[in-house]
This record gives sequence, structure tokens and C-alpha cells, in this order.
Amino acid sequence: MVSELPWDSKTGALKRELAEGMMNPACKCALEAALQIKETHGAHITAVAMGPPMAEEVLYEALALGADKGVLLSDRRMAGADTLATSQTLAAAIKTVSPDFDLILCGCRTIDSETAQVGPQLAEELDIPGAADIETMTLKDDLLVMERLLDDFFEVLEMRTPALVTVSTSGYTPRYPFFTGIEDAFAKPDITVMGTSDIGLNPDCVGMKASPTRILDVYSTTANKTNVVLKGAVKRIVADLFNAYGDKIGGAMGKDLQTHEHESS
Amino acid sequence: MNDETGSEIWVFGDYRNYFQNRVTLQLLAKARDLSRKISARVCAVVFGCGIDEYVAEYAAHGADKIYVVDHPGLERYQIDAYVALMERLCRERSPEIVLVGGTGFGREFAPRVAKRLKTGLTSDCIELYIDDEGILVQTAPAFGGNLMAVIVTRDRRPQMATVRPGMFQELPHDYEARAQIVRIDPPADPPPERLRVIRSDRRPQTDRKLEDARIVICGGRGMGSKAGFRKLFELAQLMGAEVGATRPVVYSGWANHDALVGQAGKQIKPMVLFSFGVSGAIQHTAALTGAGFVIAVNKNPDAVMMKMADVAVVADAKQVCSAMIKELRKRIRP
Ligand SMILES: Cc1cc2nc3c(=O)[nH]c(=O)nc-3n(C[C@H](O)[C@H](O)[C@H](O)COP(=O)(O)OP(=O)(O)OC[C@H]3O[C@@H](n4cnc5c(N)ncnc54)[C@H](O)[C@@H]3O)c2cc1C
Ligand SMILES: Nc1ncnc2c1ncn2[C@@H]1O[C@H](COP(=O)(O)O)[C@@H](O)[C@H]1O
Repeated sequence: MVSELPWDSKTGALKRELAEGMMNPACKCALEAALQIKETHGAHITAVAMGPPMAEEVLYEALALGADKGVLLSDRRMAGADTLATSQTLAAAIKTVSPDFDLILCGCRTIDSETAQVGPQLAEELDIPGAADIETMTLKDDLLVMERLLDDFFEVLEMRTPALVTVSTSGYTPRYPFFTGIEDAFAKPDITVMGTSDIGLNPDCVGMKASPTRILDVYSTTANKTNVVLKGAVKRIVADLFNAYGDKIGGAMGKDLQTHEHESS
Repeated sequence: MNDETGSEIWVFGDYRNYFQNRVTLQLLAKARDLSRKISARVCAVVFGCGIDEYVAEYAAHGADKIYVVDHPGLERYQIDAYVALMERLCRERSPEIVLVGGTGFGREFAPRVAKRLKTGLTSDCIELYIDDEGILVQTAPAFGGNLMAVIVTRDRRPQMATVRPGMFQELPHDYEARAQIVRIDPPADPPPERLRVIRSDRRPQTDRKLEDARIVICGGRGMGSKAGFRKLFELAQLMGAEVGATRPVVYSGWANHDALVGQAGKQIKPMVLFSFGVSGAIQHTAALTGAGFVIAVNKNPDAVMMKMADVAVVADAKQVCSAMIKELRKRIRP
């Protein structure tokens, strides 16, 4: 079990490869938001991913769905980046590839690191207005009007572009690629692979070197479970379940389940 | 005695959802606990307008010292102003640790503050302690809660973490407790409000039954049909439990969207979780990290949900549900 962990105990970095090659659900929602803006206002969409070479798959997927250009930031030195270093690297890439951008869309959070920090930190790094967990947005000239539900408050927010939005997973439903889209994407993929020097950063500004946090240990919550397996006749299982765990279940219910005199089963 | 030397642990006073979410009080209690090991003072930091009742509450729940910025311009939570203020206070007073509740606002606010201070931030922590070198050791879930990562910020200060609500116990209200109150003027030149709040309305009495339930019974596609799924409500009623559902269940109309548990739905933290006919997709299990004791029923012993469970019952979910209803009727004494 322990050897399967996507974590390198020597370097203390999460290996994202296991989850790579698959676009994060929240990023799909962010791309969907971008595609809808492209359809209503016209736009040029650049998809950016920082990760190992395999992450290129994600860019193919984005192109198949309607993005115009892909940028893969792939460089060994970028490995082990925490959110501070990731946002710094992404910002440098954006400034290099698309300095006149109007809008940056991020997913609200990834399912591997789950931090939800990269978007807000990227807004800081680019020094532009930002809003997190947005469910809907409409663009009128350079004014972005957004709605979100945050901490039981329904909010309507406004900011001017250039700006950054992190898109919640409940507002936009990602589309499926049409086959022609996929063919187009593979026929003439406009994907640029870039390293640290291509985006004007020095090696001390990327990856683990530029990351104030360190991962000391990663453990599996599933491996720690004793995981009692019950099988056989349903009636028997259920009686066993209450006999063994009646105190736990009864405790949570606030009732005593143990007093029952057991019938033969 | 005003001891101005020595280190400080700060807790961001997030009071906006005070009545639903007492995460600030939970953090003050945890900060007290951490402060013993590094002899630090526990400080709350509160921004707003007319916030004396919260200041008094934080004093009664464990703060030694409270930094207060009380100004009409801060009446509503406003990200640009709050981040700038927090950055300034941290630069002026160099706290050792800054803890922020993992509310929606906190999780937008803390990363921006950490970025400006160029320090580390661990998100959504479920456990915190101070090691023998005096470093804050932070445990946070990754990969949908299937992994826990133990993280430190060694060289930069403050050490920052957002913390999931419900992980720590607040201290009892102490009417005798007194805190040192430090009132701070807002800056003469506040930063431009780049993100403008046009409307911000509290949703009338949101239903948090599922999030706060002590027992949750989650059903998945393995319940087979709407009628099969409905059986879970009978079981739930007997147990005083709430019913949760996976996305396919909601999409099939077997349960309302309110019942959705997962990344697109609700986050739950029951003492006991029953999971019937659920495969354990990461978008669902991401919301289960706070669950205590997990009992999963699935006919497939290799389902991820079964691996995550304390007790894995290999059987037909509907049959187990019916048998549990029968057994409970016998066992529950009025
Ligand atoms: C962007 C995005 C967001 C999502 N958000 C969520 C979310 O918030 N919540 C969520 O739940 N899902 C979400 N999903 C969907 C998620 O990926 C899974 O598809 C879903 O959780 C699976 O639900 P399930 O376990 O009920 O169904 P299945 O995966 O079909 O599993 C059914 C299980 O029941 C078992 N079973 C079948 N028959 C029986 C029987 N007779 N007795 C016992 N066991 C039986 C099977 O062995 C299987 O393990 C999201 C997906 C995406 C892309
Ligand atoms: N390596 C990366 N490459 C590109 N975008 C990223 C990367 N890491 C995070 N992001 C963006 O930041 C969002 C939030 O990520 P996280 O803070 O890791 O939860 C994601 O949905 C992406 O939009």
C-alpha cells in the first residue's frame, strides 16, 4: 500500500503523474466558462498547464474542446512546486505568452492537491483583481459581473478586466468534445513546450527551491483502516454488525442498542 | 501585565457566519493549546464595523490579546481591504503563526496574504501541533482525502494554515477572562476596491442538517431504483440520521439535489457514516474526510469505498438496508 503513494519520500514532493493526463473537473468547468465567452464575445483561448510531459494530454483535450493554443510548462526544475512557486511560474508564463490577456480562468480547486490556493495567489502575482468560487459570470466590455454563494451569502460582484476568476464546479457543466474537434486537435496541435528560461525565470524561482513549504510525510487514510470485512448471510451480518459496533452506532444515535436479548439467527 | 516581547499566534476573526460556524472559536482553543509549547500569546485579529460583541466573545474564548480595526469602510467583508490590512499588521508585528478558518472567505483571503508575505500556507488542515524544534506541523488532506500530507514551513514567517471547521473543540465561555485590546486605525489611503461587492445577502435559514448530522446514510447507484433508495429514509428515520446521495442518484431523481454529497455538493463530518452501493469516486469521497467511523455496503469488495471503510460489508445493499431496519426495530427500546 505505502509504495503506491504518489509521493517521493526522498524529495518530499507529490508526484502528480498519477492524476495527470486527466483534466481536473474544476479546470473543465473553467474551460467551459472560457468557451462560452468565446462563443458570445469572440476570444482567443490559451490553455496553460505546468507538469510532466504527460500533462500534454490535458492540453490536447482543451484544444479538442475549443481552446486555440496550448502551453506546456515542463521542466524538471519546476518539480515539487508548492502553490507560491506554482503561481509565480504560471504568472511568468502568462506574461511571456500572452501579456495582453483580458481574463485568467482557473478551476476553484484541483482534486490532487486540493489547495484552492493557486488561483488567488496567481491574481496577487499578476497584480490584477480576482474573485474565487464564481458560479456565473457575464462580460460587458471590460466589466465582469459575477455571482457566487459563499459562506451562506449570495453575492453579486463586479470587477474590471484584466482579472482572474476561479470557477466553481456547480455553475458550468463541461461539454464533451465533438469528434471533429478531436481530429483538428491532433492534426495541427498548437502546443508550445516551455522551460524555466523560456519564461524568463531563473532556476531559483521555480519548483521546490522556490517553495517555502515542505512535505514531511504522506500517508494513506485507507491503509490505516483496520477494514473489517463482513460477508455471508445478510441477517447474520447485520446481527454481527450491531453486536460488534452497537455501542458506536447507538452512541451516535443517543440510544442504547446493546440491551437487546439476542434471538437465535 | 503587558508583555510585548515573545511570539504571537494569530487567529483571523471570521465572524460573518458566527451562528452557523464557530471555526474562529475552535481555532482560538487550538491556538491556546499550541501556545503552551512555544510560550506564545494567543491573539485574535478582527476587522469590521461595530464589532465589539465579537471582540468580547473572543476574549471569553481564549484570546490574550485582540487586534481590532473597527471602521465603517470595513462593514462588509471586502477582500482587497482585508488582505492589505492583514499584510500590514503581519509586517509590523511579525506573528509566528497565523491561523485562518477554512470558510469560503478564509480560503480566498489566506492565500493572498501568504503570497504577499512570501510565506508558506497549508490549506484545509485537520490537525496541527508544534514539534520539538518549535515548528508548526500541519496535516492536510490530498487526493480526495485518500491521502494525508504532513507539511511544514521551516524558514519563512508567519507559518500559515487554513483549518477545516469542526476539527477542534472550542473552549467554554469564560466570563472572567480579560484580553488586552489593541485598537488600530485603518490606513489613511485604503487600497482601491478592485473587486466590488454589489450585493451580499445572507441566505434565509439555510438547511445544514446533512453537514451537521451525527449519522449520515449515503446511498449510491447500487440501491438500484428510486424505491430501493427510499428504503434508506426509513432506516434514517429509525436512527435519527440524515440521508446523503451520490450524483447519479440525484441525476436519476431518486433524491433531491440538497442531498448531494461531494465536490459539487455538501461536505459531511458524521460520527458514523453508512455508505450503501457507492463506488467511492474521488468527487464523492472528497467530502467524507471528516467522517468518523465508516461502514460501507457493496457487493463488490474491491470498490474504493470499501477500502476506505472501517467495516466493509460485502452484500446486496437493499437487503442489508431492510435487515437493518428489522434489527433496529427489535433493538431500539422506547
Ligand atoms: C465535475 C464532477 C463533479 C462531481 N461531483 C460529484 C459529487 O459532488 N458527488 C458525487 O457523488 N459524485 C460526483 N461526481 C460523480 C462521480 O465521479 C461518480 O460518478 C459518482 O460519485 C458515482 O456514484 P455511485 O457511487 O453512486 O455510482 P457508481 O460509481 O455506479 O457505483 C455504484 C456502486 O454500487 C455497487 N452496487 C451495485 N449494485 C449493488 C447492489 N445490489 N448491492 C450493493 N452494491 C451494489 C457497485 O459495485 C458500485 O460500487 C462528479 C463528477 C464530476 C465529473
Ligand atoms: N500545475 C498547474 N498548471 C496549470 N494550472 C494549475 C496548476 N496547478 C494549479 N493550477 C490552477 O489552479 C487551480 C487550483 O489549483 P489548486 O490550488 O492546486 O487547488 C486549478 O484548477 C488550475 O486552474
